[in-house]
Amino acid sequence: MSKPYTRPLDLKHGLVNLTHGSGGRAMAQLVSELFAAEFANDWLAQGNDQAILPPPGGRIAIATDSHVISPLFFPGGDIGSLAVHGTVNDLAMGGATPLYLSAGFILEEGLPLADLARIVRSMAAAARAAGVAIVTGDTKVVERGKGDGVFISTTGVGVVADGVSLSGDQARPGDVILLSGTLGDHGMAVMSQREGLGFASPILSDSAALHTLAAALLAASPGLRLMRDPTRGGLATTLNEIAQQSGVGMRLQECAIPVQASVRAACEFLGLDPLYIANEGKLVAICPAAEAAAALAALQAHPLGQQAAIIGEVVHDAHQFVRVQTDFGGERLLDWLSGEMLPRIC
Amino acid sequence: MKYVDEFRRGDIARGMAAQISRLVDPAREYRLMEFCGGHTHAIARYGLTGLLPDNIRLIHGPGCPVCVLPIGRVDSAIELALRPDVILCSYGDTLRVPASNKMSLYQARAKGADVRMVYSTNDALQIARDNPHKQVVFFAIGFETTTPPTALALIQARQEKLANFSVFCNHVLTPPAMRHLLAAGDAVQLDGFIGPSHVSTVIGSAPYAAVAEEFAKPVVIAGFEPLDVLQAVAMLVEQINQGRTEVETQFSRAVTHEGNQKARERVAQTMTLRDSFEWRGLGQVPHSALAIHPDFAEFDAELRFALPYRHVPDHKACECGAILRGQKQPQDCKVFGIVCTPDNPLGSCMVSSEGACAAHYHYGRFVQGATA
Repeated sequence: MSKPYTRPLDLKHGLVNLTHGSGGRAMAQLVSELFAAEFANDWLAQGNDQAILPPPGGRIAIATDSHVISPLFFPGGDIGSLAVHGTVNDLAMGGATPLYLSAGFILEEGLPLADLARIVRSMAAAARAAGVAIVTGDTKVVERGKGDGVFISTTGVGVVADGVSLSGDQARPGDVILLSGTLGDHGMAVMSQREGLGFASPILSDSAALHTLAAALLAASPGLRLMRDPTRGGLATTLNEIAQQSGVGMRLQECAIPVQASVRAACEFLGLDPLYIANEGKLVAICPAAEAAAALAALQAHPLGQQAAIIGEVVHDAHQFVRVQTDFGGERLLDWLSGEMLPRIC
Repeated sequence: MKYVDEFRRGDIARGMAAQISRLVDPAREYRLMEFCGGHTHAIARYGLTGLLPDNIRLIHGPGCPVCVLPIGRVDSAIELALRPDVILCSYGDTLRVPASNKMSLYQARAKGADVRMVYSTNDALQIARDNPHKQVVFFAIGFETTTPPTALALIQARQEKLANFSVFCNHVLTPPAMRHLLAAGDAVQLDGFIGPSHVSTVIGSAPYAAVAEEFAKPVVIAGFEPLDVLQAVAMLVEQINQGRTEVETQFSRAVTHEGNQKARERVAQTMTLRDSFEWRGLGQVPHSALAIHPDFAEFDAELRFALPYRHVPDHKACECGAILRGQKQPQDCKVFGIVCTPDNPLGSCMVSSEGACAAHYHYGRFVQGATA
């Protein structure tokens, strides 16, 4: 069969234009030469409007996430890998094994095709590494000025084994709160690029797929109550959400919460609190006290959890306050994030 | 972190707290005002109140630049920002300050105003260079700490002949406000001040001497790290016990008697003292703020855009005024934590993380629990 196109997509110098979202030949070329070629799997290769998948064993988990980030490329990652990790992690936090992803792209007219190709390749590599297949997708193009380069929406399907039941409403007084590693790496990596703040030691995003770490934790702590990845709003917001869902309070030890020195310094510089900064490769877990040692050991034995720590405990509190014991023995509230984090004036 | 961790050591803090407990006279109360929002924030963030004896009362002062910005001035900034030919540049905290008609600069942005958050005056200058067909206005607020960068921006703009750059100047001064507080008839009873160190890195410790002498109140200029604050409390307690009313500098690692001469010269070159300026919560305070110097009039946004000044009263239920004067605590306000929250601030004290209400809401409201 002869090739339908005479001139291949110019992935080096070309720009996205409105025809790439028109549903016509240019769009078909973009899909086949870039998306299908990079994501390469049998379901996608069928070229249908849907992927028809074999029934997985166990219960089905589904999660969806939209990714809007500026800049598109940042130290330690890019929007492509982030779009895979974000949804894989949402599935993994429910104890699911991620299997399939869909990907919706909204491209802005004028986006260099070279940038798009770099993003798609990164996305494909992240999906391969996580063992998930991108089986269906969609592409739209918006006029210049109406997007931010590219927005990616991913929906993931996974499967939860029988007997696994994790949920945000299961934290109980006496339970132990674990954190898989240092806080704020992703948020500060992005901020340092966005605001043009060149730090002497560059901060890398922690963007990573956490499903194998989550599986190891689940194996070590059969009574695990819940897991959650502290993304936007950081640890503080995540714990407040859980406290509200479970109707409990929490008491944390500030000195036990791991934060990289460079992140701490950057936060200090901008007047931000690392406990509110976004992460893309960390998880918070709550387990019965009796399983805490085994859970911590399992986290620390995994490459993504080497700096894991027990950071506090769940307590009775009708007000559902998350409190922090400061290094001084004083106590303060760790509140929900209010509005947007803004650097202080002086 | 070098030069930071040393001032956050828990063991030393506990030792200092024990020392303060030994120093205090149990028969009296020590009413200390931390003038600056940076101290308020540190006290709340590190839970310092809980470490101190009950008879030391820390009173929040009016030293949060966002909190003391009068509504009329924010209204003017919003009006400017809504002009199609203007890009308004502002430090982040200022964006959320509630103004008239449920507006803020954030709301203005949602309505299409071009409001840019900047980290420095250099960012504002660069925006002016990049947008020659727009009028770029820097919404300058803050105490003596943030004034020198504004002065440098004015000098730079003149050197570059940046015809599309101007400054809406709202810089305020610490010593006149301190004097005004003490001189007011209904002033809260105070025994001493924890003085703002960042301000004194610019103006030095000297300007507080007259205040300390005239009103017989000790001032200890302190850094913003928790150990700095605790040490300042110990120094104030010692002065009060001994009946001394001196200006002492705890933050000796950066503050000198005369301050930063160069910075002061640049400010004097580009700005001039206003006869009077309205502070939110304090009303008109004589000689307490700066305007653009007539020599730099071409960069004065108030002149360029003929901005009229209007007094706009605070919301009736809001106690920000009394809180900024140290007469009430955040939890004394009926709307605190109910109608007025950091997500929907009614008053300015709830806006900035350095505001007394926001600091108490974020870090300390578990103390009286039920307010949430």
